[in-house]
Amino acid sequence: MMSFSRLFAVFRKEVWQLKRDRLTIAMILGIPIIQILLFGYAINTDIRSIPTLVLNQSHTQLSRDLLSDLEASQVIQIKGYATHIQEIETKLRQGKISIGIVIPPDFERRLQDNERSAAQLLVDGSDPIILGAAKLLTAMPYHHHSHPPKQRGKLFDVRHYYNPEKRSSMNTIPGLIGVILTMTMVIFTSISLVRERERGNLELLINTPITTNELMLGKMLPYVLIGFFQVSLILLLGHLIFEIPVRGQLSDVYIAALVFVAANLTLGLLFSTLANSQLQALQMAIFIMLPSILLSGFMFPFDGMPQLAQWIAEILPLTHFERLIRGIMLRGANLHELLAELLILIGFTLLTLTLAIKRFRKRLD
Amino acid sequence: MNSNYAIQCQQLTRQFGDRVAVDHLDLSVPKQSIYGFLGPNGSGKSTTMRMLCGLLLPSSGQAEVLGLKIPKQAEQLKCRIGYMTQKFSLYEDLTVHENLKFMAQAYALPGGMRKNRVEEVLQQFQLQTQRKQMPATMSGGEKQRLALAAATLHQPQLLFLDEPTSGVDPQSRRDFWESLFELADSGVTILLSTHYMDEAERCHQLAILDHGHKAIEGVPSDLIADLNAWVIKIENRSIATLKQHLSQLAEVVSLSQMGNYLRILIPKHVTAPLDYLQTHLGDLQQQSIRATVIDPSLEDVFVMATHTQPSQLKMTGEQSI
Repeated sequence: MMSFSRLFAVFRKEVWQLKRDRLTIAMILGIPIIQILLFGYAINTDIRSIPTLVLNQSHTQLSRDLLSDLEASQVIQIKGYATHIQEIETKLRQGKISIGIVIPPDFERRLQDNERSAAQLLVDGSDPIILGAAKLLTAMPYHHHSHPPKQRGKLFDVRHYYNPEKRSSMNTIPGLIGVILTMTMVIFTSISLVRERERGNLELLINTPITTNELMLGKMLPYVLIGFFQVSLILLLGHLIFEIPVRGQLSDVYIAALVFVAANLTLGLLFSTLANSQLQALQMAIFIMLPSILLSGFMFPFDGMPQLAQWIAEILPLTHFERLIRGIMLRGANLHELLAELLILIGFTLLTLTLAIKRFRKRLD
Repeated sequence: MNSNYAIQCQQLTRQFGDRVAVDHLDLSVPKQSIYGFLGPNGSGKSTTMRMLCGLLLPSSGQAEVLGLKIPKQAEQLKCRIGYMTQKFSLYEDLTVHENLKFMAQAYALPGGMRKNRVEEVLQQFQLQTQRKQMPATMSGGEKQRLALAAATLHQPQLLFLDEPTSGVDPQSRRDFWESLFELADSGVTILLSTHYMDEAERCHQLAILDHGHKAIEGVPSDLIADLNAWVIKIENRSIATLKQHLSQLAEVVSLSQMGNYLRILIPKHVTAPLDYLQTHLGDLQQQSIRATVIDPSLEDVFVMATHTQPSQLKMTGEQSI
């Protein structure tokens, strides 16, 4: 029989302890704020201000228009003008520039010619991100070419297409909710039971009539509330700083988050029953954290990963949450459409909770 | 089983790998009494208590605590027993009041009663002024009072106290024992372990444990009266030489220096211990040695019980019960 009194006893004790645990409180607040600023601003896969050198042999109005449009895209930043092709090659080798643009003397004639490209891009291909940006740039002359010159102004309105900044943080910040919850939730519960054992409180605790179920749930509940708080904080910061919309239902976001938080907390509890020390529990948490961040689709597109990595990713709760949260927040999907992901998370939660309860003995041996 | 006993166990055994921590222990603890376990570290005191609480599974043997089969009915037992662990196990980062509130709720005391009981034990164990204090900043004696308060909060019929007074000053220990007798008078059975002789002597019943065996059991004053050995006090100017010589004698079971004299134990089967000593003094005979038979103490009982052969011990034990 579940006793509400005993469950509440554990819950209230956890809250009292949490209240005095400044490091944990700092973690609850600090991790979301730092991560959101870090991923929102600093760690940015958007391509901006690539140092570029130009060799313009055409000297026509059209070539100058093209260059100013390219620069207006903010993808490249023109560092100067070369007089010779060798100059570009030298600076590329020295790493002073990453892209060289060569506009040949017969640029305007080439534009009319389907067989030949109008201009040439010299790219430092050692950085795949820059290579990717260059590929995007090559679309421009073609684009221009396929339309009559009189529509030129509209064609070169590249800012709309080539300002990927918004898209990146849009994808990152909803995904970040999952990463932050993984980082904090697993650690909270994986430490909590081991800490009782390390400090000698467990011997007292298991001698009370508190049942294993009451203990596990009592330890989880405070962190469910903290998880909700973190989700709200990220949504708020995302909205205020990066104007991230919630296109689906806000309630769906919270339901998905609730299930995901529960999955992480029960995983932490399971770790807690396996570990002998807080350090071990932390190591286990990190063991799950890294693959979660790398394989879940948060950092790299899921479809591009090798089969084995995809299989591993399917086991990780974060993978399913990323699909849920991006679907709800960015594509405006409802939970009904993403039910499979939600059910997998619920299944994961029930399985880990059962294992944790099975593994936990109210005994010392 | 007999309902006059709070605890009864037969052939209770617990092994940790190759090591036998508790070895075929028979135990009967009468209700409303203070029963003591006296023994050195590693003699199986804590292991026995933990088995009786249901915290450890016995390797073999039966135990019945308050009429419940252990470990099978251990969960039912939890509400009826209190357990004070050897190491302070309440929360160092919760205040005295919070710790007690937590325990009251953990034992699911009825809402109205909870507050009253917490206030009652705060008063009973003189903790009112410390209610906002964290145990981390409290003295050994205060922590011990808090631990006992927490263990008795739900008014258990049986208390297990595992070395409750280690690291506590003498005055606090005396006060603590006053509380224990009050509890026993109110009908609580107490099983406690100790390695202090003076405390062991205060118990109604005592069992001396050695290597997981019960070496001897009985009322402390009876155990002392029935000691199967002579206690002899020997004085001499050069104690060191005397000590060296006596320690080699076959019949000297134990020998300890007490300031200016030696205290030795000689088994009762040596009918004239002083004569025995005289004839075996050898070179030392010339010197002026004063030997007298004195009254035994509980420590002598302890030394005899833990130093002699198990077969002899068993006889002594049976005589004294």
